[in-house]
Amino acid sequence: MKDEGRITGAAHDSVIHDSAIKHVTGRAEYTDDITEPVGCLHAYIGTATVAKGRVTALDLSAVRAAPGVVAVLTEEDIPGHNDISPTGLNDEPIFTRDVQFHGQPLFAVVAESRDMARRACTLAKVSYDRADHATDIDAAEAAGYPDVTAPLTLARGDAARALAKAQHRIQGRMRVGGQDHMYLEGQIALAIPGEDDEMTVFASTQHPSEAQHMVAHALGVPANAVVVNVRRMGGGFGGKETQMNLFCTVAALAARATGRAVKLRPDRDQDMEITGKRHDFRIDYDLGFDDSGRILAVDGLFAARCGWSADLSGPVTDRALFHADNAYFYPDVRLRSRPIQTNTVSNTAFRGFGGPQGLIAAERMIEEIAYKLGRDPLEVRRANFYREGADVTPYHQQVTDNILTRLVDELEVSSDYQARRKKVLDFNAKGGVIRKGIALTPVKFGISFTATWYNQAGALLHVYSDGSIHLNHGGTEMGQGLFTKVAQVVAEAFQVDLSRIKITKTTTEKVPNTSATAASSGSDLNGMAALNAAEQIKARLVAFAAEKWGVAEDAVQFLPGRVAVGADIVPWDDFIKSAYMARVQLSAAGFYKTPEIHWDRAKGQGRPFYYYAYGAACSEVSIDTLTGETRVDRVDVLHDVGRSLNPALDLGQVEGAFVQGMGWLTSEELVWDDAGRLRTHAPSTYKIPLASDRPRIFNVALAEWSVNPERTIKRSKAVGEPPFMLPVSVFEAIGMAVASVADYRECPRLDAPATPERVLMAVERLRG
Amino acid sequence: MGKVTMTVNGRARSAEVEGRTLLSSFLRDGLELTGTHVGCDTSQCGACVVLVNGQAVKSCTAFAADLDGAEVTTVEGMANPDGSLGRIQQAFQDYHGLQCGYCTPGMVMSTAALLAENPKPTEEEVRHYLEGNICRCTGYQNIVRAVMAASGQDVGALAAE
Ligand code: FES
Ligand code: FES
Repeated sequence: MKDEGRITGAAHDSVIHDSAIKHVTGRAEYTDDITEPVGCLHAYIGTATVAKGRVTALDLSAVRAAPGVVAVLTEEDIPGHNDISPTGLNDEPIFTRDVQFHGQPLFAVVAESRDMARRACTLAKVSYDRADHATDIDAAEAAGYPDVTAPLTLARGDAARALAKAQHRIQGRMRVGGQDHMYLEGQIALAIPGEDDEMTVFASTQHPSEAQHMVAHALGVPANAVVVNVRRMGGGFGGKETQMNLFCTVAALAARATGRAVKLRPDRDQDMEITGKRHDFRIDYDLGFDDSGRILAVDGLFAARCGWSADLSGPVTDRALFHADNAYFYPDVRLRSRPIQTNTVSNTAFRGFGGPQGLIAAERMIEEIAYKLGRDPLEVRRANFYREGADVTPYHQQVTDNILTRLVDELEVSSDYQARRKKVLDFNAKGGVIRKGIALTPVKFGISFTATWYNQAGALLHVYSDGSIHLNHGGTEMGQGLFTKVAQVVAEAFQVDLSRIKITKTTTEKVPNTSATAASSGSDLNGMAALNAAEQIKARLVAFAAEKWGVAEDAVQFLPGRVAVGADIVPWDDFIKSAYMARVQLSAAGFYKTPEIHWDRAKGQGRPFYYYAYGAACSEVSIDTLTGETRVDRVDVLHDVGRSLNPALDLGQVEGAFVQGMGWLTSEELVWDDAGRLRTHAPSTYKIPLASDRPRIFNVALAEWSVNPERTIKRSKAVGEPPFMLPVSVFEAIGMAVASVADYRECPRLDAPATPERVLMAVERLRG
Repeated sequence: MGKVTMTVNGRARSAEVEGRTLLSSFLRDGLELTGTHVGCDTSQCGACVVLVNGQAVKSCTAFAADLDGAEVTTVEGMANPDGSLGRIQQAFQDYHGLQCGYCTPGMVMSTAALLAENPKPTEEEVRHYLEGNICRCTGYQNIVRAVMAASGQDVGALAAE
């Protein structure tokens, strides 16, 4: 029953995802579902089969002669610039003859069908002048490979001096694996040539504005000739932030060359072989602490496998440093990044954007201290949390909202951590084959793009004369529920039911110069921009009503489904109709930019983050010390999303991020062979979590008391990335189970992912 | 090329197909039933699951030509006769068993096959049965809840197990 006193779908309500009905009926339209224009052709990309070298001969005659082939494109067929570097470094050609990784695009075939294009691709005869390649960090370092972009140093105090006089000092190394996005809908673009120099692209992209610029750049036309559209993606996770630039530009080049619509959809294997992934890291740490477990100094070097070009490796490795403190105060600190080039795919954004790789190093250091001093790691954590007087991060931003202690205290009680830890210790003391571990780990995650100019957004809102509302903004929908949340904000502003609002596809035609939907910022930025548009229209409506009814402006009130003007109550539709008749402008472009943030990269100082999101998880696991097999027995999560815009959707984000993070740390392993080929290029060899891999007990709660202290949209907090790091608790619990075989005398020093193989090797190593 | 006739969502459909035409292409390109999604092309993700004579089949790995006379149900055929959401669809919607939605049609169809075989599965059985359906977004929690709800079982008890 509808409550007359309340609209349906207001902010903070758990309404269903706006596309839910379309999803369950199969009517939701993805790029591949769009009806193809008449004469639509299909493109496919031909790739290099060596990891490094020069193409000495590219014989495509058999390709051109293959059945159904309409055109073949190489670097000579690019009317504009042969570059899709997102940071303007000019280091990322679309097609090349200077091969830097196995799987690098050399040419594209355009044919009457996708099958024909794929088959024709295999007919190319390519000769190479091979060179030695380096696919991982160690090999690249040994071969003297350069950084792909300028490294960053964050420093405060004098780490070297403080380390030299610390009571305890531990040096260690940790390796953290990468991760494939494995979005269920692969990369895809459909380009349709228009009049003159125009090109319209439908693509599965998190960053339509960038795709627009890349396509314009490659075609040699101004941005105003290119339109990029996306209604929804079948998952993105960062993998469609820059990585679809390739597919958009190739489809557009093919459409330009043939004058016909062209669709490009790589198969899953090629998708995984061509596109960048989460960066794997090698972290060297030097840690000083005292007898009480307090950290005195940290010196860390974070080397990342960046792949052949910079892509987003600069900001990703920066963010690793920004999170290398997680929630802990380092009195004297130096953190350095080393974004090293390798002959692999160019690694890119992935949920957390380097943050998880930084954060896990902080947690490793906590483990080091706990094992060295024989203490519960949770005590060590507490001793090092940011607190008054010890509240400045390595990048000189002050942490003012210290809510982590409360969050962790509550979770400690609700998860019954102390009693269960004792049980785990007792269980392990019996010395069986199965060992258990338990860990409670926190997350503190900085919200904002570290590229300050990205923290802006636009929206376009129309109220039609029948009272229905059309909503558009620059954010993209990849399943996270962004469109639903922003529509809730608008419904709340106008006090109309959510069903009165039409949510429309993201298009560069309506809102220009948008930022990627990334850095968890989608609702923060676009919600505010949409609210700004709504407020503009409301202000005009108020002025109109005050004048027409002859009342003061504060006598005009938006009530559920109606407007009160003095003593009169006017139904919404009638009110809008009369505003239209009175020639009130019922459309507005909204804009928002995040206040207060600034960042000086050269100095390593500033306030890069508007606020922090927090969370904590307690995980209990069992391992089989004979096989290395791991089982997650129970997980309890308490996560902070401020005042949630939609608790149901936020819980879904937390659960999904947790399982995805668990995959990163336990089962997902990328393997390159000696020839530089990626061997894990399909779900058959690359193991993401399945329905049966989940925690046996999984209790997830939101910290309902939390309110964002900053003036964010309805005081909510970002939710996309922070919970991805909660499963560090699973990783550390596995470590504890492993450490039990040596009576916890030694820090287990597990590398990630803790696959059964690694767990087994660690058990063997500790047993000595 | 040969002619194949099958009943798709209750309607007889005929078409000329090549021997190598996959059922997924037959449905998507030929009949414009784009609710059947292709996630991997190689029988690993489950996004393309449909029912063939009541059995869950990955349509990216079945040839249309082999299915002459078969009865095929896709996600588009899962609504009630009056057009309202079917029981499984309703449960996936109500329990937020979806995010990006790309896996959803396959999940719905696999659930239909499971519940036909086993009307009241345990949570363990659901999780085991859905191993052939990958979801990268949800962490499966709400999907399992939706399946349990669709089978008329108490969902509240799930988290505590
Ligand atoms: S597309 Fe058929 S199983 Fe993945
Ligand atoms: S909802 Fe995105 S893959 Fe399942």
